Amino acid sequence: MLAARAQPVKLIWREVPILAVETVTPRVKSFRLQVGWERFRAGQYVDVRLTAEDGYQAQRSYSIASSPETPGAVEIMVERLDDGEVSSFFHEVAQAGDLIEMRGPIGHPFTWGAEDGGPLLLVGGGSGVVPLLSMLRHRATAPEVPAHLVYSARSLDEVIARDELLDRAAREPGFGLTLALTREAASVPGTRSGRIDRALIEEALAQLPAPPAHVFVCGSNRFVGAASDLLLDADVPADRIRTERFGG
Amino acid sequence: MATRGFTGRRQGEDKADRLPPGQYLTDDFPVLSLGPTPRIDLAHWRFDLWHGPRPLKSWTWDEFQTLPRSKWQGDIHCVTKWSKFDTRWEGVSFDDLLAAAGLEAPTGFLLALSYDGYDTNVPVADLTGGKAMVATAYDGQPITPDHGGPARLLVPHLYFWKSAKWVKGLRFIEKDTGGFWELRGYHMYGDPWREQRFEGD
Repeated sequence: MLAARAQPVKLIWREVPILAVETVTPRVKSFRLQVGWERFRAGQYVDVRLTAEDGYQAQRSYSIASSPETPGAVEIMVERLDDGEVSSFFHEVAQAGDLIEMRGPIGHPFTWGAEDGGPLLLVGGGSGVVPLLSMLRHRATAPEVPAHLVYSARSLDEVIARDELLDRAAREPGFGLTLALTREAASVPGTRSGRIDRALIEEALAQLPAPPAHVFVCGSNRFVGAASDLLLDADVPADRIRTERFGG
Repeated sequence: MATRGFTGRRQGEDKADRLPPGQYLTDDFPVLSLGPTPRIDLAHWRFDLWHGPRPLKSWTWDEFQTLPRSKWQGDIHCVTKWSKFDTRWEGVSFDDLLAAAGLEAPTGFLLALSYDGYDTNVPVADLTGGKAMVATAYDGQPITPDHGGPARLLVPHLYFWKSAKWVKGLRFIEKDTGGFWELRGYHMYGDPWREQRFEGD
């Protein structure tokens, strides 16, 4: 079971500094955190713990967006939720230089490494693209692995890492991108309007030179349920599909 | 040390007492799963008891419906940090399953096995005395597939990954052996009140 050991034997809370804060979309900010560990697998997440003056604590999990090739620091992305106890702290208070408690890396088997090979099909909804972004960034070290990202967002403004994704799609051989915008007409090449459907999934599959060896689906519960059903209907074997859902 | 500028949003005292450390309350019912929801045909559904490799008892779906029913209402806690209060479940208690099979638990530990290949370990002492059931209804309705239907284990005093979805059987084992998540760094026991999320917690 050594191969399954993708996280430390004991996860220890450490106070780490926020190195940088960036606005990614109107609802998403990125935070670069210094970490004490050197290795993680693309797709993993960290736990964050905030403590109030009176000792009250809140914890949340955030997927890592950065590639494992950037040791010593990780980038997480925090989507602002309407009544988010922790996300409002990150959006309104947190600044570079602040210390927050964090532990990780956590998570398996929603992880991918270049040694796992491909083809790779990534399907993300909203901020569910974050762990897939880590995989894509890591894939740049293994350009021979064919990959396709299907990414559903409300509008072009809300596409996380939009310029980077469009640039990778234009520049990196073997990587294809389909953006599905659910609340906006498609205006940029490679974008569609509407929710993902059977035809879109089949087109994405057809862009790969062979059936995908690994499929990762991440997003809200509803998105992951719908996307998984479409993949199964398109005859992708269930044991090649790994899912991660958030919500609640 | 306190986090600069974090005040937090506390629950009222009545609710705060019911929230284990590090958990937050949700009214939704989030879903945690490894892969797609398995498509299970009730005509082929079975629930089996095993002692190691040896089959002890097997029920079809129709046979399972004739077993005594129990109800449970209370709070559930997921390791991904949400808790949900006052959930209502119905199914066949572990005690009634053993009684219907005419068995005493042959070992002190078992693995719950699922249709998607998932498994998780639970001590038998955490299942007996009305502490656990194989649930087939949630909130008065059949459990939906994404929440583990047609049947899931319910061990509500442990983190909810122990309450295996799409459960197809229980395998009694001599020694406590980790299941899927436990072999990947999750805690062997998983008591939310002691915040046993991961190995070493």
